[in-house]
Amino acid sequence: MSKTLFNSGHTACAGCGQSLAARLVIDAAGPNTIVANNTGCLEVFSTKYPETSWGVPFIHSLFENCAAVASGVESALKYLGKADSINVIAQAGDGGTADIGLQALSGMLERGHNILYVCYDNEAYMNTGIQRSGLTPFDSNTTTSPIGVKSTGNIRPKKPMPEIANAHGIPYVATASVAFPQDIQRKVKKALSIKGPKYMQIHVPCPLGWRHETNLTIAVAKLAVETGLYPLIEYENGILAAKRQITPKPVEEYLKTQGRFKHLLKNPDEIKKVQEIADNNIKKYGLKVSEATN
Amino acid sequence: MFGPLTCKPGSSRNNKTGPWRTESRPKFLKKNCIACNMCLLICPESCISGEGKNTYDFDPDYCKGCGNCARICPKQDIEMVKEDSKE
Repeated sequence: MSKTLFNSGHTACAGCGQSLAARLVIDAAGPNTIVANNTGCLEVFSTKYPETSWGVPFIHSLFENCAAVASGVESALKYLGKADSINVIAQAGDGGTADIGLQALSGMLERGHNILYVCYDNEAYMNTGIQRSGLTPFDSNTTTSPIGVKSTGNIRPKKPMPEIANAHGIPYVATASVAFPQDIQRKVKKALSIKGPKYMQIHVPCPLGWRHETNLTIAVAKLAVETGLYPLIEYENGILAAKRQITPKPVEEYLKTQGRFKHLLKNPDEIKKVQEIADNNIKKYGLKVSEATN
Repeated sequence: MFGPLTCKPGSSRNNKTGPWRTESRPKFLKKNCIACNMCLLICPESCISGEGKNTYDFDPDYCKGCGNCARICPKQDIEMVKEDSKE
């Protein structure tokens, strides 16, 4: 058995993207880490009392205040003189980050705590049964944005969380995807080497909520990046420092892999709108390969 | 207070999730493995271990049979076989 700080025996669904992302993050951070985690899938499946998957100190907070709890932990470490040797990671799902926990996160970023905040973005409230969140993509079919005669799913685009975090003037903001595991680990190590508040958002497919086969987790995450719908970027001190260059694929290739977008395949007008979102991302961040050589 | 609300690190290993597999399980052929480590990195159950070529294998006590390892292997050295097969 390989040494890991996130152990087997958790109760995530087969093919869960979040469980593998959590392991990559904590293994990159190492044993000298304290984790604060708000309510969500990750907390529920990894800490089924009286068992825990975690090999590091782990605190479960309320849904809204994981960033505040982590801030307290970091302040206590500072008082004890141990702040330099112990990392603090706050982690949450997309609902706990973009909707419910946003004020606590904003406070943490503004006060300048030395914490890495990790958002596992599975694009809806999967734990309670696939309700839409602020990070649910446009035209996605969820239980609170159902499709119908007059509805094609979620009417709003994703909340630009990396930009919101970046607007706080923090030293490091990054997005990552489970399709590139080494990239996640590199970004976590880089973030922990920087002092101050850091924000990281990891795209984690959910076979149950996105309605794709369990063995497609990595393939779907990869397509999201390759179509330009999930740009992998890094901001350092407010400046776009790095991005993953792509040769853009049409968005249909991503949409057709998932049940939550199935209704779009017969609706070329809506696909055009989704393609527009991808094109805007590609233009905004300069993701196209050829643009780099110019 | 109803007693200590803390748990021992890694105690979820008591919870064997192997019986969750419904259809198939991975079979590591151990022929063309190049030790790229991808199967280990992307296993959602952290139940794959190995170091060096052709040594990787999975832990049937925890594998839920999602099949991502078989899909990501660049050498097709992992295949999914039916759960009840004797292979």
